[in-house]
Amino acid sequence: MSANEHRFESVATVREGLRSVDYLADDGIAGVVYLADRLQKPVLVEGPAGTGKTELAKSVALATGARLIRLQCYEGLDESKALYEWNYKKQLLRIQAERNAAGWSEIEDDIFSEEFLLTRPLLEAIRADEPVVLLVDEVDRVEVETEALLLEVLSDYQVSVPELGTVSATQIPLVFLTSNNTRELSEALKRRCLYLHVDYPDLEREKEIVLTKVPGVSENLADQIARIVRSIRQIELKKAPSVSETLDWARTLLLLGIDSIDAEQAKDTLHILLKYRTDIVKAEKELSAG
Amino acid sequence: MLDLLAGFIQELRAAGLPVSLTENLDAMEAVGHIPIEDREAFKYALGATLVKNHAHWKTFETVFEVYFALRGAEFGIDADDDASGNGQVGERQEGMPQAGGGGGMEALTPEQLAEMLYRALANADEAMMRALARQAVTRFAGMEPGRPVGGTYYLYRTLRNLDLEGVLERLMQSARDDASGELTSLEERLERDEFESRIADLRQEIEAEIRRRLVADRGVDAMARTLRKPLPEDVDFMHATREEMGALRRAIQPLARKLAVRLARKRRHGRKGPLDFRSTVRHSLSYGGVPAEPKFRYPRPAKPEIIVVADISGSVAAFARFTLHFVYAISSQFSKVRAFVFIDGIDEVTRFFEATEDINEAVHRVNTEADVIWVDGHSDYGHAFTEFWNRWGHEVTPKTSVILLGDARNNYHASQAWVVGELRRRARHVFWLNPEPRSYWDTGDSIVSEYGIHCDGVFECRNLRQLERFVEHIA
Repeated sequence: MSANEHRFESVATVREGLRSVDYLADDGIAGVVYLADRLQKPVLVEGPAGTGKTELAKSVALATGARLIRLQCYEGLDESKALYEWNYKKQLLRIQAERNAAGWSEIEDDIFSEEFLLTRPLLEAIRADEPVVLLVDEVDRVEVETEALLLEVLSDYQVSVPELGTVSATQIPLVFLTSNNTRELSEALKRRCLYLHVDYPDLEREKEIVLTKVPGVSENLADQIARIVRSIRQIELKKAPSVSETLDWARTLLLLGIDSIDAEQAKDTLHILLKYRTDIVKAEKELSAG
Repeated sequence: MLDLLAGFIQELRAAGLPVSLTENLDAMEAVGHIPIEDREAFKYALGATLVKNHAHWKTFETVFEVYFALRGAEFGIDADDDASGNGQVGERQEGMPQAGGGGGMEALTPEQLAEMLYRALANADEAMMRALARQAVTRFAGMEPGRPVGGTYYLYRTLRNLDLEGVLERLMQSARDDASGELTSLEERLERDEFESRIADLRQEIEAEIRRRLVADRGVDAMARTLRKPLPEDVDFMHATREEMGALRRAIQPLARKLAVRLARKRRHGRKGPLDFRSTVRHSLSYGGVPAEPKFRYPRPAKPEIIVVADISGSVAAFARFTLHFVYAISSQFSKVRAFVFIDGIDEVTRFFEATEDINEAVHRVNTEADVIWVDGHSDYGHAFTEFWNRWGHEVTPKTSVILLGDARNNYHASQAWVVGELRRRARHVFWLNPEPRSYWDTGDSIVSEYGIHCDGVFECRNLRQLERFVEHIA
């Protein structure tokens, strides 16, 4: 990709683009996405669960019209699942089919060709011809050793396959890594990324998010929802309500035909916002205590 | 520009943030893509490239603000509306109580000022709040150039004069009036939260204003030095301010969660054990009796049982609280946790933790309800230990790890160190955690080494980082 083929003109266009796909970015988010595009560096997105980290990558893909390639991380992920794998069954068939005909070296050349290569998300993202967004989800779930798999892809946008040589990217994919911070990521990984911390949105933004994501909700109700959620987040809880839970709550209230919440209704629907019994009890107490 | 950034990075490193060379280069490249007049974008660009840990963000913000408050102006970065900062300070130093941005506010009486403040808060008028903050600092902080006091002193003086509590009450009252009648408790709470958040904004505004003026007075370098605050995991338990305590409490939960994940992982991925003969023979059947696939026994290290015995007298209370909190937060990594607290008497507090799922509440109850006073409420390790030995000593087993917490300042009572010796004979391990710096040990009435010779280890444990390292070591 040549230098003048950027996805975004300016920080403002990032925000416009994301808004057009119903993702409301604040200054920090838009700025970092813009930089990621300009510097051609991956973005490491951290923050509490349910604040729209994964959604960000999806929205960027949607806004730029790129294909989203997703690698869901889990413990025990290895290179055959992340990078590539040889399709050995097909290789076996090939060998058997040619048992008497060709010489060995010919077959060897043949079975280690692209035809027998199963690409996995990372390699796929590198080899894609069209623009792609690569999402490496919950990268904190893999072991420290496995993280190293990502390093080559992230810094040089290439993958080395011993039998084929190095596959370099034809276009630089925009890469997002998300992490719920269950463990400290390695320095090597962090160094290669831009860092973005996505926190719970402030009152205004949360209200706007509710308004855009839940059609039919009234301005007044959205305002009330955002304010109650903010109050609840101030209580010390095991798990504060996330944005997605706020949206669920808004939808529920809408379904119930409520357009101004009183304490009773709030209490009855708290279980949508909070998922621990102790949290619910605590919030009920706080909300009624005033 | 390069010099400016290089200096800034120096400052960040001095504040304790790890900034590598590549990150440095990235930052240089990043600012090239950002319109230089946009202060916010500039900050985020630097933040995204230099700060890779959210806990460090606050430090970064402070350093950024201080560093670019004045120097930035030369490069046109400081697009903040008080670019006239220099001029203002000049006036102030001549002893004229004028604020450039206040726009004629100095003529107001204190009552009028209070009224304006109230109205600005009620309408969430940000520009007005900023101007008022500036005015309030000029008027009430009584800042004198060259006076060697910290910003907190000025902050305190300003806030005392503004009476924000009173303003909050007034705001609440007017909200009640607006609603024509009683607010429901829910509405009341929401209104209060709203106003509190506005007042918090105002406070921040005032703090920033004070900081700006201090920078102007003392110069960037001196100011950056005094603002260098330790990161949450490095805060000393014994000297933490209220605010830092809050930060510590919030830091403890994620830290504990991380540690628990790490320990669980360590347990699962332990090295391979000895050959499992049975299993190998069993699997060899599928290869016609050839043991092609040797099977190994995986060691399953037993989870230790923990007994925490903590001194909760004044000086070390905070430390004991954090340790209890931490140990219980990862209690799933231990087969059993029991907690005892003492001052000169001793009491078991395990019941508080078992009664509730909320560790905070349990720790709070430990402080208020545990029966730990025997005579006068001054630490007496000797008596507390003897008492422990007599009542619960027989429950210590070879599976138990005993952790003793305290500074061992025994007020010159008898040490009864034999108890620790007996404990060690019976338990798997006995550890002592001391929240004092090592250089203070055995000074004055501290007799930590008298107990220490009977322990498997005595650790200095002054901050979360050290605490985390210790817990990982024993689990």
